[in-house]
Amino acid sequence: MKTGRYAGSTQQQARPGPSSELLPILIMDILTYSGHLLSGAWITVQLTLYSSVLGLFFAFVLGVGRVSDNPFVHGLSAGIIEFFRGTSLLVQLFWLYFALPMIGQTLGYDWRFPPMLVGTLALALNIGAYAAEVVRGAIQAVAPEQYEAAKALDFSPRQTMWRIIVPQAVPEMMPSLGNLAIQNLKDTALVSLISLADLAYKAEQLRNFTQDSTTIYSLLLLMYFGMALVVAGLMKLAERYACRWRAGGSV
Amino acid sequence: MSESNQSDKIIEFQNVTKSYGDHVVLDALDFSVRRGEKVTIIGPSGSGKSTVLRILMTLEDIQDGVIHVAGKPLWHEEKNGQLMPASEAHLRMMRKEMGMVFQQFNLFPHMTVMRNVTEAPRQVLGLSRDKAKKRALKYLDLVGMTEHADKFPSQLSGGQQQRVGIARALAMHPNILLFDEPTSALDPELVGEVLQVIEHLASQHDLTILLVTHEMQFARQISDRVCFFDQGKFVEEGRPEEIFTEPREERTKAFLSSFLGDH
Repeated sequence: MKTGRYAGSTQQQARPGPSSELLPILIMDILTYSGHLLSGAWITVQLTLYSSVLGLFFAFVLGVGRVSDNPFVHGLSAGIIEFFRGTSLLVQLFWLYFALPMIGQTLGYDWRFPPMLVGTLALALNIGAYAAEVVRGAIQAVAPEQYEAAKALDFSPRQTMWRIIVPQAVPEMMPSLGNLAIQNLKDTALVSLISLADLAYKAEQLRNFTQDSTTIYSLLLLMYFGMALVVAGLMKLAERYACRWRAGGSV
Repeated sequence: MSESNQSDKIIEFQNVTKSYGDHVVLDALDFSVRRGEKVTIIGPSGSGKSTVLRILMTLEDIQDGVIHVAGKPLWHEEKNGQLMPASEAHLRMMRKEMGMVFQQFNLFPHMTVMRNVTEAPRQVLGLSRDKAKKRALKYLDLVGMTEHADKFPSQLSGGQQQRVGIARALAMHPNILLFDEPTSALDPELVGEVLQVIEHLASQHDLTILLVTHEMQFARQISDRVCFFDQGKFVEEGRPEEIFTEPREERTKAFLSSFLGDH
């Protein structure tokens, strides 16, 4: 794998040009850095995937809870949403990673969790709280006649919500959920602060070692951008699938 | 005689009152429908005739009075000999007696035609996939929609959607079918196909039909009884030929003449 890359760069080296001295060095650097950064990127991908899926789960539970007639369920959901929207992700991360183990220690429990778990949980709760509001809004946009049709067919309130209302609300949610997924990808960079070796962490490590800020941060930008494009593309596909029953296809 | 009549009534309103604020929609209404009877309710727009159906389907509640469906109180439960407001469980049991066809069809847009018809039998009645599908095919065939089974509602015309709406209601095997202006939202050229289906259903003896409509000619054809509703009350009711050819009440006459004049 690595040798292949270097073999590629030798061909580039042969190409003449104004920067014929600098370019090969730059390419060599980029390839060396990339190998190192890619291992961090893989952590970032995993973290984005896990926290997006878990966040989506939170979003539906909290979003549906928010429109519940039960005042307890409604209040609890609203409280959780407001709490996680109203506190910064960074503080949530630090609290779960540094404060929670201390509390556990006081109480005599081992509440130290691996950074991957803490990162996933904090990201999921944060993005889930935002997405819950998207879910709530989309549910409230479903025509009231759909509830009547469901009632006339004797569906239970729960069946009505999960089989009739929520599936119809999904197309309405998709553009916003797509934005939030990208937001979530970018937010993963914060987990480097709890020593999780993600893309941002690896970049910082490399920069400390080489002092080559320009190349490394440029590469970092491009890598996040590339991943964001992939996320956007996937969300577009998901949107197309979710909208397949609509007259004009997508929204 | 009166005793047998009593048990024959599948729907009975006694002194039923419903109002929105100061606006009285149903004014101490007494009304009954015999098992298997085909009854049409006509009347001016906004007079609250749809409310009669919506209350039966439990989409809207009542403020006063009692409604019996199939001998059981609809909006109440008997506890220690007293009528108490019905629980959700009681309402769910009572809804099984009835099916409803809506003016705006209200199909589930995210489901294919087939799933629109199978979903409630499967989820509510607990039918197996095969049984529900078999039942759905029977009713889709009845309304002439079998070939569109895999389409989504957005791919169908209004008339086709309404026919699916009828199949969907029938698949729950209701004893009473409520039609709330089933052709009012349709383009004129699509009205016929829906009326044809309803006419076919009206020929079945055991099915009780309560129909709100502006299709006077159709009401005349299929009804055992036509009821003229205005200002919260039934002003006049009788056999279709009585109501349409020799109405007794002035308000009925005025309504019918204005209606015939309009069309």
